[in-house]
Amino acid sequence: METNRILTLAKQALLTFTVSLILFAPISGLVLEGFGFRNELVRAVLLAALVAVGRVVLSVVGMTALGRKLAGSAARNGGGVIVMTGNEKSPVLILALLFAAGLALPFFADKYFLGIAILALIYCLLGLGLNIVVGLAGLLDLGFVAFYAVGAYLLALGYQYLGIGFWSALIIAPFLAGLCGMILAFPVLKMHGDYLAIVTLGFGEIIRLVLNNWLEFTGGPNGASVPPPTVLGLEFTRTAKQGGVPLHDYFGIAYSADYKFWFIYLVLFLVVCLVIYAVERLRVMPLGRMWEALREDEIACRSLGVNHVFTKLTAFMLGASTGGLAGVFFAVHQGFVNPTSFTFFESALILAIVVLGGLGSTVGVIAAALVLTILPELLRDFAEYRVLIFGVLMVAMMIWKPRGLVRVRRPAFFPSTAPRGDTAPLSVSPEVAR
Amino acid sequence: MNAPLLDVRNVTMRFGGIVANRNVSFSVARGSVTALIGPNGAGKTTMFNCITGFYRASEGQILLNGPAGQQDIGTLITRPVTGGSHLVTRAGIARTFQNIRLFKEMSVVENLLVAQHLVTANNLVSGVFRTPAFRRAEREAVDRAYHWLGEMNLIDDANRLAGELPYGRQRRLEIARAMCTGPRLICLDEPAAGLNPSETHELSEVIQRLCKQHGQTVLVIEHDMGLVMRISDHVVVLDHGEVISDGRPEHVANDPAVIAAYLGVSEEEVEA
Ligand SMILES: Nc1ncnc2c1ncn2[C@@H]1O[C@H](COP(=O)(O)OP(=O)(O)OP(=O)(O)O)[C@@H](O)[C@H]1O
Ligand SMILES: [Mg+2]
Repeated sequence: METNRILTLAKQALLTFTVSLILFAPISGLVLEGFGFRNELVRAVLLAALVAVGRVVLSVVGMTALGRKLAGSAARNGGGVIVMTGNEKSPVLILALLFAAGLALPFFADKYFLGIAILALIYCLLGLGLNIVVGLAGLLDLGFVAFYAVGAYLLALGYQYLGIGFWSALIIAPFLAGLCGMILAFPVLKMHGDYLAIVTLGFGEIIRLVLNNWLEFTGGPNGASVPPPTVLGLEFTRTAKQGGVPLHDYFGIAYSADYKFWFIYLVLFLVVCLVIYAVERLRVMPLGRMWEALREDEIACRSLGVNHVFTKLTAFMLGASTGGLAGVFFAVHQGFVNPTSFTFFESALILAIVVLGGLGSTVGVIAAALVLTILPELLRDFAEYRVLIFGVLMVAMMIWKPRGLVRVRRPAFFPSTAPRGDTAPLSVSPEVAR
Repeated sequence: MNAPLLDVRNVTMRFGGIVANRNVSFSVARGSVTALIGPNGAGKTTMFNCITGFYRASEGQILLNGPAGQQDIGTLITRPVTGGSHLVTRAGIARTFQNIRLFKEMSVVENLLVAQHLVTANNLVSGVFRTPAFRRAEREAVDRAYHWLGEMNLIDDANRLAGELPYGRQRRLEIARAMCTGPRLICLDEPAAGLNPSETHELSEVIQRLCKQHGQTVLVIEHDMGLVMRISDHVVVLDHGEVISDGRPEHVANDPAVIAAYLGVSEEEVEA
């Protein structure tokens, strides 16, 4: 029995060694020098040996009782969805604490950290928006960044040409981005889902190219400047530039550039909270249910009288609106926008947030957005490996947790009167157990 | 009120060169159970797809007589921009599928709530702010869902994932879901397929109860002849896409053309 096992291990190790040698030999075993190359095969052999040893160690651990338990628990968590029982404790206390902590953050954090927090919240917003489209409605959107750009440029160009300020942009952006989403998606939504992915991918690139090349209107690669925010006629600059009164003069306090970031952070935080609330409500509303039903089975939905085109369109538009909202905050935070902020990589990053967060889970998306924006800042030294780490994370996720980090929990519903023939003490509340 | 609820007139359905239905005519009387039977590949599901608006019949008319007058299924699904099979459901035809199509990762109640989307408050604002009207509509929808769960003996599974249910229960859940759309005609595609005898028996009681107590008109495709003979008032037999017999169950059971179609006897022998 033992010899048998050792034999299998040896076989496995040999196979791993050979495969990795084949992979590593050309990549790291041959070093180009001018037109010739130098032989560094020892390095490749060492790397391959390392991989083989790692493989054997993994296998040995897998054979022990502890390893088996770990693998078992990982596999069990894989089942993605559970229905709540209706007896869960209400998380109001935790939510209130988190809300208070969020509001209090500017008073503790320094300027650098506040900047990261703002960026993280912007990605939260983007993640929540794309989560409506991809996670709830099941439509693959590869050009989400386009709507982000629409929001950002609305503020920059709107100020330049029409004198639109931060607040007006905040109100107009969702509608404009939603409208763009509608015009884009309506013709393709009648078709199969894959077409939408291609069209959105194209749209994302088109927007970026237009911004880049329409020099007279958008400023091209030089970008456009964005006005600082104002609140009730008070300005955050040292001297009034938009016809208001500087904040520090009004209150008779010393000038500090931080006030602007405090303000942006607080508004953004409140908007994010509102969006979270709305998204959570959507999941127990008829519209949100129809989105999820469409993701599950479109034909069954049609047989129930759901207008699949319009329903998908609402999801796409609401997602786009949220993206536009995020764009406004991004622009006002940066004080300047240019097309390099709206590349395909950005779309991929937002998609990564949604996938890591578990396609449909709000908590998961928020957690993923925070992790994916804060982690790279903390690991500044590894900045070049960011994409590599993403890739590894994604592959690992798809293997062990294909349904995301956080389980999706479905609400439980109870009738307003106890059903006949069932004496179990059901909660009498007709409301959704949350 | 004597006009049949559904009137299928000379419907032909072609897929390229294949003729799945040729010149099919039959009608479904109000409050009756009509069975559509025939050997495999006879074109029964295709006929259902035409009736429920998933296919546009190549020729012929399918008419639904409702309170809104006579509606042609074909024009409903070809209406520009807003047209589609969902309008057929809204006109009052609900269906189930031969291979179950539930929303597997949603709870049982949610499956039924999706079916009621026309009566719940779909307004975004009212839902986000939970207005009284929204709550009332939602409460009524949940109660209606529980009503149908009770009718189908599924109360205990209300808050489970639909995909977790045993097969027989999934079949009943699909019927409950179709009933939640408030249909005038419900079309069941092989509801007893894959059920054991006791489950089949329970199903036949469910269908009879729908018909007797709720005055529901039922159109059912079924291979289980025992079930068909027990529950149906009217049987239509299709073979190779054509109607070969149409009438009361006893009449059809003794029709030589039907026996020939099922037993594979050649035409000459029947004539002889
Ligand atoms: N979408 C389609 N395209 C081409 N041919 C089709 C299509 N749908 C059905 N057919 C053909 O039409 C014929 C009738 O099929 P249908 O599914 O209606 O049979 P059925 O009576 O429901 O059989 P069963 O009892 O096995 O369910 C078959 O020959 C089938 O191959
Ligand atoms: Mg069939």
